[in-house]
Amino acid sequence: MNAVATPFVESMQAAAAAHFPDSGPAWLDNARHQALRAFMERGLPDTRNELWKYTALRALQQRAYAARDEDAASRSVADDLLRLDGCEGPRAVFVNGVFRADLSLLDDVPEGLTLQPLSEALQHKSEPLRFLLAARADEDEDGLTLLNRALAANGLIVRVADGVRVLEPLHVVHVGTSAGSAVAWHLRDLIELGEGASLLVVEHHAGDDASGHFANLVRNVTLRERASLDWTVVQRASSEATLLRRTDCVLHEHAHLDFHALELGGKLARHELRVDLAGDRARFDSRGAFVLDGRQHCDTEVLVTHRGRDTVSDSLWRGVAGDRARGVVHGRILVQPGADGSDGSFYNKNLLLSPTAEIDTRPALEIYADEVKANHGATVGQLDENVLFYLRSRGIPLDTARRMLVRAFCAVALDGIRPAPLREFCETLLAEQLPEAEA
Amino acid sequence: MLKIENLHARVAGKEILKGLSLEAKSGEVHAIMGPNGAGKSTLGNVLAGRPGYEVTQGTVTFDGKNLLEMEPEARAAAGVFLAFQYPVEIPGVNNTYFLRAALNAQRKARGGQELDSMQFLKLVRERVKEMGMTPELLNRAVNEGFSGGEKKRNEVFQMAVLEPRLAILDETDSGLDIDALKQVAEGVNRLRSTERSFLVITHYQRLLDYIVPGFVHVLADGRIVESGDATLAKELEAHGYAWVRDRTPAEAHA
Repeated sequence: MNAVATPFVESMQAAAAAHFPDSGPAWLDNARHQALRAFMERGLPDTRNELWKYTALRALQQRAYAARDEDAASRSVADDLLRLDGCEGPRAVFVNGVFRADLSLLDDVPEGLTLQPLSEALQHKSEPLRFLLAARADEDEDGLTLLNRALAANGLIVRVADGVRVLEPLHVVHVGTSAGSAVAWHLRDLIELGEGASLLVVEHHAGDDASGHFANLVRNVTLRERASLDWTVVQRASSEATLLRRTDCVLHEHAHLDFHALELGGKLARHELRVDLAGDRARFDSRGAFVLDGRQHCDTEVLVTHRGRDTVSDSLWRGVAGDRARGVVHGRILVQPGADGSDGSFYNKNLLLSPTAEIDTRPALEIYADEVKANHGATVGQLDENVLFYLRSRGIPLDTARRMLVRAFCAVALDGIRPAPLREFCETLLAEQLPEAEA
Repeated sequence: MLKIENLHARVAGKEILKGLSLEAKSGEVHAIMGPNGAGKSTLGNVLAGRPGYEVTQGTVTFDGKNLLEMEPEARAAAGVFLAFQYPVEIPGVNNTYFLRAALNAQRKARGGQELDSMQFLKLVRERVKEMGMTPELLNRAVNEGFSGGEKKRNEVFQMAVLEPRLAILDETDSGLDIDALKQVAEGVNRLRSTERSFLVITHYQRLLDYIVPGFVHVLADGRIVESGDATLAKELEAHGYAWVRDRTPAEAHA
C-alpha cells in the first residue's frame, strides 16, 4: 500500500468496501480486488507521468466522494438535457452514473444493433465480458483506469453485427445532477463494430450539478475490418464537475474512426484518446475544439499508434481559453516498425483571450518505419488586432467582432459533425459559450 | 461635413502629423498626395480610429460631432469608411455574412431597422451587378486568397453596400495594374454623389486621371503644404515632390 491516504483515496477504498465484496462471479470479484490493490500501490497519476504533465490532481486528492447517489434512479431530469438536434433515434441515458431505462429509448433499436447496460450484463450474463473486465492490468494503465476496473458498475455495451449499417445516430447522454453531496461514478463502455458495420454515436455530457461530481469513464472500442464509426462528443458537463475519460480504440484492416469533439464544460475535463491503427489501411480522423473560461481546465491527449501498413491519421484541434482557464493538448503519433506507408498528421492552433489564460500544446512524433509521411504543428496566439480593427471599421462592435473571429477560428473543427442539425447546434453552443476577451 | 484643424498625431511615439488642417464639404472629392512617409496613411487611420494612433493636438469634427472621441465602430455607423491600403484576410468568416453583420450593426447603431436575409441578399445582388464584382467572391471568406485587385475591388464593393457619407481611399491604386485600376475607379465614380465626400489618398497622379478630384492637397512632413485643383496633380507629376518640399505650409483650400 504505497498510495498516500488522501481523502480521495480513502473515499474510494470505502466505496469498494461498501459495494464490492462478493458482488458477482468469483472472477469478477478477484479482478476488482486485484485492481484496487494495484490502485493502492500506484495511486492517482501525478505530473511526473508524461501524459499528466500539465494536469495536476492535487485538488482532487483532497476531496472525498460519496460512493454513489442513492437516488440516481429516481431523479428527475429536464427534458431539454435529453434532447439533441439531429438525434431522434435510440438513446441511452445515465444519471449520476446510473443507467435509466425510464429515460432511455431502446425499444426500437435497429436490427443488428445491440445495446446493453453494463449493470444488466453483470447481473445476468457477465461471462461474455470476462475478456474485458478480467484482463490483467498492463503497465500503461494509470490509477484511474485501475479504479475504474475496481469500481465500475455501470456503462454501456454497444455491438453492431457484421455488415449492418446503422443510419440513426445512437445518442448517449450523461447527466450530472445535484445529489446533495459530491458523488463519484465509474463507467465502463464497450463499443464493437463487426466487419463492414457502421455506426454514428453522439455522446452528450450535460447537467446542473453544483456539488461537483467525479466521473471516471473508461471505454474500449473495436472496429473490425472495414467497420466505420463516426463519433461526436458534446461535452457540457456542469461547471463544478471533474470528468476524466480514457478511450482505447483498435482499428482493424480498412476500418475508419471519425472522431469529433466540442469540449465546453466541466471544471476539470480530460480525455485520453488512444487509437491503435492495427490493420492495414485503417484510418483515424479527429476534429475537436475546446472553449474555456473562468478557471476551467481541459486536457486532450490524442495518442495514435500506426501499426498497419498504409494507415492514415489526420487530426486538427482548436483551443480557446479566456480568463484564468488552462488548456492542454498533446498529440502523439507513434509509427511502429513495419508500418510502412503510414501518413500521420496532427495540427493544433490555440487562441488566448486573456493574459492569465494558458494553453500548453505538444505535438510529438516517434517514427520507427520507412516511407512514412508525418506532419505536426502547434501554435498559441491571440486575436489579430488588425483584423479586429478591420471589422470595427466596418461598424461591427468590438465584442461582436471578437466572437466572430473566435467562431471562425473554431469552425474548421466542427465542419464534419454529422448529422447537419447537430453541427448547427454545436455552432450555436460555441457562439454562446465564447468567453469575454480582455485586452 | 469633415473639418480637421491643426491635427497632430503620433504613432509608436513618433510624431507623424504636425498640424494638418483640411475641410471637405458634402459631395466634394479631395485628393491627398505626397511622398512616402509624409503621413498620408496616418491621416486615414487616425480618421478611422485605428488603435495605436495617438492624437496629441487638434480637432476633427464630422457632421458637427467630435470624431476623435468615437470608437471605430461608432465612426463607421456615423458614415466614415476607410478603404484599406492592405485589406486583411479573415479565414472562416464568410464575405456575405460579414457584410450583413456590418450593415445591420450600422443600421442598428443609427436606430434603424436591420435587414433580414432576403432584403440583404437583394441589396447585395444589385451592388454586385453595379460594381462588376465576381459573385463567387461573396461566398468565400473575407479577402482570403483574393488577388491584390480583388481585395481592392472588394473594398469598393463594401463601400457600395455600406453607403458611407465620407469615404477614405488609402492608396487604393497601389499594386493594381491599369485594368484593375480602371475598374476600381469606375466603382468609385459610380458612388460619387452630392451626399458623399471622398478623401482619395494616393502617391501617384495616375488614379486621379480616372477619379477626377475637385481639390488636390500635397502632404509633406505631416502638413498640407500646397492645395489646388486637379491641375496641381499634373504639375506634381511633371515636377516631382521636390517641387513642393521646400514650400511653406499653406492653408487647406476649402
